[in-house]
Amino acid sequence: MGFAQSGDFGGVSGPGVLFYFDLPIVGRINITESVVIGFALVVAISIFVIWLTHGMKKIPTKRQIVAEWIVETVNKLVKDNMGPSHLVYAPYIATIFVFSITGSLVSLLGLRSMTADASVTIAWALICLVMITYTKLKYSGFGGYLKSFTEPIFVMTPMNIFSEIMTPISMGLRHFGNVAGGMVITALIYWALANLSAKLHLYFSMGEIRIGVFQIGIPAVLSVYFDLFSGFMQAFIFIMLTMANVGNCIPDDKK
Amino acid sequence: MNFTNENGFFQALVLMGSAIGAGLAMIAGIGPGIGEGYAVGKACEAIARQPEAQGDVTRTMFIGCAVAETTGIYGFVVALILLFGNPFIKYFL
Repeated sequence: MGFAQSGDFGGVSGPGVLFYFDLPIVGRINITESVVIGFALVVAISIFVIWLTHGMKKIPTKRQIVAEWIVETVNKLVKDNMGPSHLVYAPYIATIFVFSITGSLVSLLGLRSMTADASVTIAWALICLVMITYTKLKYSGFGGYLKSFTEPIFVMTPMNIFSEIMTPISMGLRHFGNVAGGMVITALIYWALANLSAKLHLYFSMGEIRIGVFQIGIPAVLSVYFDLFSGFMQAFIFIMLTMANVGNCIPDDKK
Repeated sequence: MNFTNENGFFQALVLMGSAIGAGLAMIAGIGPGIGEGYAVGKACEAIARQPEAQGDVTRTMFIGCAVAETTGIYGFVVALILLFGNPFIKYFL
């Protein structure tokens, strides 16, 4: 079946399965590109952060100033949105932010964006749902949690349950859709520019590799928006929505 | 793909319908476009009136834009599924 194979639309495809192994009970577990890139990013970010914070002194070095600025910015953001008594969420927020940005920006290295995989973003959104449920249970108890579904009136219960389910789906799909959309558009533009160059016979040949004249420069301008701006914006929006969703469950006097 | 036999004809039909459906799904892009434009316009008005609140207004605007964008993204996801992960074509393989 020749439908939507890679190469049809400039090589747009889902995250490829690199290798897999079979387990007795759960069945086949696929290790996709996203998983490998994710673990590589975890290692890279860990090394970077350890380098940033080793040997801290009272009179800060340049490294330490950068580290302190990052921590203070995230702390201020969490304080503004969730109240000063919920700084415990700050490390999680910073983790998701850095993971999301780097996950989107690996496309600059020629890899597939980790966040252009719905499994990744929906997993993060499900963590957010767990945090929302935990916060609700903590502040209103189990009875209050169940009762919150019947508000404002009893007939709204199905709607409330539906909106509770839709929160992680919409959060995850928003991030996925934006990054995947940028990826599709970038791939289509590369494909179109390469074809245009080939049709007009404007290309350099270096052995097997063929570079069209229109492929130089033009994609970089578009990449600034679709990769840099969009990746940064979506990471920011994702953490803002996480904080807003969890913060909404905290009563005002407990903030 | 072989379009000469009957199955191939149905495959072509499904692909045609999917492509048209993907295009129709992207009509969902109109709503967020209008909504976000309206939100950004109002944010500009707010900043013009109170320039000192620019940070808060911009932050709130971006969250509002993200929420308004959701329906458009749903349409886009449907279009992506129809184009790249077609669920109907498997009945005619």
